[in-house]
Amino acid sequence: MDDLRELYQATILEHNKQPRNFSKLAGATHEADGHNPLCGDALTLYARVDAAGRVTDVSFQGTGCAISKASASLMTEHVKGKTIAEVEADFERFHALLTAPPGVSPSVDGLGKLAVFSGVREYPIRVKCATLAWHALKAALEAKGETANTE
Amino acid sequence: MSFDVTTLRKDFPILDTQMRGRPLCYLDTAASAQKPRAVIDAMSEFYSRHYANIHRGVYQLSADATRRYDEVRTRVAGFIGAGDPREIVFVRNATEAINLVARSWGEVQIGKGDEIVVTAMEHHANIVPWQMLATRKEARIRVAEIHDDGELDVTQLESLLGPRTRLIAFSHVSNVLGTVNPVKEITAMARARGITTLVDGAQGVPHGPVDVASLGCDFYVFSGHKLFGPTGAGVLYGRFALLDAMPPFLGGGDMIERVSFKGTTYARAPQRFEAGTPDIASVIGLGAAIDYLDAIGMKNIAAYEQTLLAYATESLSAIPGLRIVGTAKEKAAVVSFVLEGVHPHDIGTVLDGEGIAIRAGHHCAQPLMERLGLPATARASFAFYNTRAEIDQLVAALAKTRELFS
Repeated sequence: MDDLRELYQATILEHNKQPRNFSKLAGATHEADGHNPLCGDALTLYARVDAAGRVTDVSFQGTGCAISKASASLMTEHVKGKTIAEVEADFERFHALLTAPPGVSPSVDGLGKLAVFSGVREYPIRVKCATLAWHALKAALEAKGETANTE
Repeated sequence: MSFDVTTLRKDFPILDTQMRGRPLCYLDTAASAQKPRAVIDAMSEFYSRHYANIHRGVYQLSADATRRYDEVRTRVAGFIGAGDPREIVFVRNATEAINLVARSWGEVQIGKGDEIVVTAMEHHANIVPWQMLATRKEARIRVAEIHDDGELDVTQLESLLGPRTRLIAFSHVSNVLGTVNPVKEITAMARARGITTLVDGAQGVPHGPVDVASLGCDFYVFSGHKLFGPTGAGVLYGRFALLDAMPPFLGGGDMIERVSFKGTTYARAPQRFEAGTPDIASVIGLGAAIDYLDAIGMKNIAAYEQTLLAYATESLSAIPGLRIVGTAKEKAAVVSFVLEGVHPHDIGTVLDGEGIAIRAGHHCAQPLMERLGLPATARASFAFYNTRAEIDQLVAALAKTRELFS
């Protein structure tokens, strides 16, 4: 159970119950679907980006497990106000946190509250859950207009 | 024989191992069954002492390997009540068996405007090959609906049968709901109308005695790995007259009668459908699995599993917020459920932390999930090596899950 508390930290459980920015975004300039074929989790990511390339607002809708829902919720809080380049760099840092090999203490610099997902690396199968929203956001910002896939 | 689960468990080396520091509690047999030592040893022994390619060598080792391989065909036929070993084709798994029928039988028997009936509870393996065939042939898929309790709506199924219906493809037992379908009733309807039937027995064969003759189906398919055998060996049963009239599926060695650049003639069934070197050792392992199960008795296995199912149903139902998905009157020991406020994947992870292996997700049955209005379910599936104590462990772990997410 202690290991599980490490994975399901209070912040994650709380965001799972009360996801932030959990709605369709009016005036979204970017939008993409994310889908995890392994478990059927699906979400839609909305973003509004201004002329300077800054994400001024972001939201999501969909169904998923606690990890994917909380990750989407915390991500929306984290990226609001950042430039597209900053968001991409954050995704790389976040991904590195989730996939750090055993014995290595990954850096949480610049990740803020997202550090609560560090326990996911003990459950490699759940990395896709934690990154689903990020993949969708990346696809939305790249305006690929297709479903982001965790595979 | 008397059924002693404690003794039987000792036959499965993996059940004595640990997962995340706890004794493994394996409740995912519907995904794949664990292997008794008899199977592991038979394969090891075959590779160590009897291995050679089959149907080729003039030397004794090859002749011996060939005899052992073909003997399994006879044993499989006996195990499922097929009258003739030539009605047994070895394939990799149930999926390949269905694809074989779709590619071979379907290629000549399905034409533009024809209809293939499947049910709403099918595994993707019994949907996608038919969709692919229907697309190639401009044929049509019709879907037999289910009732809310997970039973097939047989009346509605019958109403779908018309002059263009060529095939009914349906599962013996649902991998999600556990529902045991009324196979005989459906095959009787089909026979009366000259419609061919394919039964997906992937979840049927492991849970009780199967007799294809009395089921009355034309094709019956299953995977060896769900029958406590190794991966890589599955079975297509087909009535001989049907099989022997079907065109080849894969071309190559072993499936021919004579090859010339002027034209090639093919071997008869089942050889026609076994091109190339098969997974010989896995077939040997499947034979060992069948011998092992025969010694216990499929009737004994079915009876014991029903006691587990009843106990699991009762225990799980008592958990507040838990709902069992699939409550058909006749069920195999497969229990899908949802827990209020907890996504099935999170249930799976919490149980994993307790050493309990279950399946969480759509179970390769997305149309069924859509019909049920659920993104996913958690599923505990039982075999004769599971115990009431393991069900108690499951229930305790689910109580912890509720607590964590409360």
